[in-house]
Amino acid sequence: MLKIRNLESGYSKLRVLKKISMHVDTGEIVTLIGANGAGKTTLLYTIAGMIRSTGGDIVLFDQNLKPCSPQHIVKMGCSLVPEGRQVFSTMGVEDNLILGGYVRYKRDREYSQTAELKAIYDIFPVLRDRKDQLAGTLSGGEQQMLAMGRSLMAGPKLIMMDEPSTGLAPLIVKEIFKIILGLREAGNTVLLVEQNAKAALAIADRGYVLETGKIILQGPADDLLNNSDVQRAYLGRDVDSDTATCDIV
Amino acid sequence: MSLELFSQYIFAGITYGIIYAIVAIGFNIIYNTTGIINFAQGEFVMLGGMSAITLNYYLPLPLAIIGAVLFTMLIGALIEIVFIRWLKNPSVLRLIIITIGLSIIIREIALHVWGDTVRALPYFTGNVVSSVTILGAPISPQVLWVLAVCSCIVILLSLFFKFTPLGKEMQACASNRLAATLCGINAKNMVTFSFMLSAAIGAVAGCVVSPITSSEYDMGTGLAIKGFTVAVLGGLGNSLAAVAAGLLLGIIEAFSIAIGFPLAFQDAISISILLVILFVRPHGLFGNKEAASLKEF
Ligand SMILES: Nc1ncnc2c1ncn2[C@@H]1O[C@H](COP(=O)(O)OP(=O)(O)OP(=O)(O)O)[C@@H](O)[C@H]1O
Ligand SMILES: [Mg+2]
Repeated sequence: MLKIRNLESGYSKLRVLKKISMHVDTGEIVTLIGANGAGKTTLLYTIAGMIRSTGGDIVLFDQNLKPCSPQHIVKMGCSLVPEGRQVFSTMGVEDNLILGGYVRYKRDREYSQTAELKAIYDIFPVLRDRKDQLAGTLSGGEQQMLAMGRSLMAGPKLIMMDEPSTGLAPLIVKEIFKIILGLREAGNTVLLVEQNAKAALAIADRGYVLETGKIILQGPADDLLNNSDVQRAYLGRDVDSDTATCDIV
Repeated sequence: MSLELFSQYIFAGITYGIIYAIVAIGFNIIYNTTGIINFAQGEFVMLGGMSAITLNYYLPLPLAIIGAVLFTMLIGALIEIVFIRWLKNPSVLRLIIITIGLSIIIREIALHVWGDTVRALPYFTGNVVSSVTILGAPISPQVLWVLAVCSCIVILLSLFFKFTPLGKEMQACASNRLAATLCGINAKNMVTFSFMLSAAIGAVAGCVVSPITSSEYDMGTGLAIKGFTVAVLGGLGNSLAAVAAGLLLGIIEAFSIAIGFPLAFQDAISISILLVILFVRPHGLFGNKEAASLKEF
């Protein structure tokens, strides 16, 4: 579904990603973990077409993405839920969702706004209760759900999420991760970037570890969870002294 | 003051006030999608009026007005595409200097094309001397045209932003450009649209007032100052507040003449109001302090 080969990208002077190769297959949840500043957000923005790559290939649905605008990539069926939610805070909740669906609404005569909205409200019932409220007045967790719902309105086949659990209480995090699992059940493919490595690896099929712009580890999520380097660096425990079993979502 | 005189001043105030409001709304539309104060806004009003007068030599009045509006929209789009679109993260100051420069250029070109004669479109209905009596005062039918057309603009605009996909997309860009792009909205095109929309309503305003105030190549500067005062008075970006603020300024001006203020002081009044507002309530009479503190300008 998504194949990345030797991708290089960054900001005018700063080279952030150095020859990254990875892939996401249909129906998978793949997680990308890494420390602050490793380049995770940069990678997602490059895939989404917000940043021009300076080398390598991105192949999405068997199509080379090199010359694509962000609009085109959304239309192809790849949506990004950005870091920090980024809802349209001065607009209503329902308008936020409707805006997410315009890419399909405008091209697809069959697209029914009411049916799509109903589907989203079924996944996120809180949003239905707040549909006339301004998005900026929602709580952090609700805003995260709104940002996810807005991306889903475009009917993406591949949905990328940048740190959906940041700043949320454990209970809400649990709910968000449950919803991500539900997305896979519903046939979506998910590329999940997370600081919360333990929770992410618990629901993912495979994982990649990104460090200063390079992929240093990859493999099935269970292997990464048990990998001592990963445990030391991202799961916050000292392997030698720690014997407690890790408590997974 | 007799009722007749009083209502005459009120109508004069409302007429000018609503024109100021339309110019202010033009400022707001562009400000909302880009954060730019487009100081060439007054020039859109001038271009609308002047090109309608020229087209009116060859075409009937309604067609001339439509042609003038389309022409001004084209100029608005060109300004954005040629001077603004390709800038990468320009600073607000740089953009303001660009729009001031553009307003000077447009004015000079207009001087070369049309000269410095004062012209006017014919009255839409009737002529200079025809009048309708309202509240005992004789009111020119053109005043009613101004009020009707400007009210329609305000209503249609708010419907446009509330109910049409394009309007919502423009609002989304104003609210969060990054998120709008990720929703598949082409933010650059929305900026072009906002320039076209501002140009269009400026041009319509320029056409309806032309019979009353006449048009000349440098009418834009004064209007831009008044419109900017009104936009700031209402709170930048807030179009309904701009209508209220516009009417307020128009009526203040009208009554300042009524109590014997010299005509030449009219501009001084609006500039003083602008300064006082900037010192005392920079977020405007109706603006909200928190929202204003988030703004770059
Ligand atoms: N707009 C920008 N201009 C210049 N450099 C940037 C920009 N955005 C990010 N960077 C730099 O690129 C590097 C990678 O940043 P990125 O946001 O991709 O990290 P990240 O892995 O997402 O981190 P975090 O977990 O904190 O979100 C950092 O060193 C950062 O300073
Ligand atoms: Mg990040």
